[in-house]
Order: sequence, then C-alpha cells, then structure tokens
Amino acid sequence: MSKFSKKKSGELPPVSTASLPDIVFMLLFFFMTVTVMKDSSLKVQNVLPNANEIKKLEKKDRVIYIYVGTPTQEYQKVFGTEPKIQLNDKFANPTDVGDYILAERAKKSQELQNVLTTALKVDKDANMGLISDIKQELRKVNALKVNYTTYEGDAFRNIQ
Amino acid sequence: MARRAGAPEVNAGSMADIAFLLLIFFLVTTTIETDAGLDRMLPPIEPPDTDVVIKQKNIFQVNINKNGQLLADEELTDLKQLRAKAIAFLDNGGDGTCTYCKGKRNSDSSDNPSKAIISLKNDRETKYGTYITVQNELVGAYNDLRNREAQRLFGSDFTDMEAEYLNPETAQSIKDDLKDKVKRIQELFPQKLSEAETSTSN
Repeated sequence: MSKFSKKKSGELPPVSTASLPDIVFMLLFFFMTVTVMKDSSLKVQNVLPNANEIKKLEKKDRVIYIYVGTPTQEYQKVFGTEPKIQLNDKFANPTDVGDYILAERAKKSQELQNVLTTALKVDKDANMGLISDIKQELRKVNALKVNYTTYEGDAFRNIQ
Repeated sequence: MARRAGAPEVNAGSMADIAFLLLIFFLVTTTIETDAGLDRMLPPIEPPDTDVVIKQKNIFQVNINKNGQLLADEELTDLKQLRAKAIAFLDNGGDGTCTYCKGKRNSDSSDNPSKAIISLKNDRETKYGTYITVQNELVGAYNDLRNREAQRLFGSDFTDMEAEYLNPETAQSIKDDLKDKVKRIQELFPQKLSEAETSTSN
C-alpha cells in the first residue's frame, strides 16, 4: 500500500520529450520525400540571366535540360575557356544535341513524347553562335518548344 | 527493485539525435525550386509550302550586333526604349480594321496586330544576356498589350490568367473557363516573333 502514497509530491513534472523523436521523424520524412537528388553535376559555370516576363516550368518530367557555359576551373585545363555544351554528365558538341534529344525523348513515356520542353540553361556570358547552333539542331529533331531558363529579376541587369 | 528476467531495454535517448542528424542532412541538400524562364517556339525546319508575301511595313526588324547595340526598325535604339517601340508598332492598327487598337494609325507602320511580325536577328558574337534582355522586352511588349485587353474585357491581367491556367493545381472547371479567355486574348495579339538565323559579322 505504501507504493501508492509515496508518489505524491507538489513539484511540477518535467516536460516529456518522448514525442520529440516522432516530431523530428515527421520532418525528416517530409524532407526525404521532397528532396530531388541532382542527377548530373554541373561542369560548366551557370549564371543564368535575369528576366521578368517569365513563366514557371511546371512538371519536371516533361523537361530536357541542356547546360551551356564556360567549363569550371578544374575542367578548364582540358576543355579550355570557351563556352561548352553539357549534356547529362559530359561535354558535347552542337552536333550531339540532336541525338541526345532523341535519346531522352525515347526514355519518356509515349504520351509525354509530344509535349516535351527543352530547357536551355545558358550562362549569360555565352555567345549566341553556340545557342543558334543548338537551336538549329533542335529544329532538326523537331523539338520546337524551348524555355530559356532565367532567374527572376530585372532584365537590364544582364547588360551591365 | 532489480529486474530479473527479460533483455535489458535499449536506450532510445539518442534516437532523436540520429534523426536530427538525418534531418539536417536533408534540410541542407534539399532545393525546392521550380525553374522559370521565357517560353519560345522555334520555327519548324521545313519551309511553309506557300510563299507568303509580307509587306515590309508589317515587319518590325530588330537587329542586335556583337557589341550589344540594337537596331530597331533601322534606327539605333536604346534597350530601354525597345518595349515602347514594339508596343507602338503592334498597336498601330494602320488599316483601321483593328477596333481595339489605341495606336497612332500610322499608315507606314503595321496594319493589324494579327499581321504584325517582329523579326529578331542577332550576331554570333552577341552575348546571351543581351539576347535574353531583348527577348524579355519583346515578350513584355506583348504581355503589356494583352494585359490591357484582358483588363478591358475580363477585368484581370492576362499574365495572371495564363499562370493560373497553366498551374496544375487549378481545378478543371476553372481551367475550362480560363482557356477560352486566354485564347481570345491571344488571338487579339498573336505572338509573331520570328527568329531569323544568325549572321556572322564579317
């Protein structure tokens, strides 16, 4: 009987931290599910230009990315300092773009193949000549929908 | 009283620490980003079957040279004035068939927004940043005009309506309603932005 009478005391019980792991786990799972691991690491400098009349690029499964820019420091010895195209994980020539688009398109499911967008992530210091070559290649494989990916901001900052 | 039977309890006190560690890792690596940019359609590679004759006055020629200078309609133009010039050209309504235009109705400029074409030409050495700025201004000119008409007809901005229409979270019933409105505005000022092939400077 003394077992029950003993516990009585006036002091405040400590706040239970037993549910802390649950809360943390909840957050953890949230971040785990929204995390998208980058599938290709950037080998080129990629400072995008600014623009303000932009549209959001919804539905990431319908987008094919092409990166253009000068190679980063560690690759400059091998590939020089002229802007280069990066497809997936390697540097490429403008003539490879068509094949790459076709290969990527074949990977997508049938109903998406006609609604694909090509996102051009181009460094703002790149020359238009290279972009024109890419555009020409895209036209050849009938990938006509392009998106010049930009940051949101004042477009006149590009020319300073 | 000491416990006699059963395995000793595993101390779960460090579970929170482990979970925190993982949480911080994912927090740091997560980038919740949606890309945004300027949407454009490239012209198909095969030329159209019929040769279309376009009057010179219906073409607004924009040339960018390798130094980033701008030639709009054969005049050296500052980038900041490009939007106003493009709007004046598109909104001109030279032959009087355009009932909603508010331009000067100059007979030397475009006849009707549906006939007006902006032709963009750039040098191979043009900087991409400059090119995007010009594209942005031209798209902006169209958006300004479309917003004006959308405000007049439906009381809201065209860009907002289009963004809501393209948003995958919008309900289907609202989408159907918006589709007609968006289409109607697009027909009032169709985006005819032709990108000619680049020139070499020498």
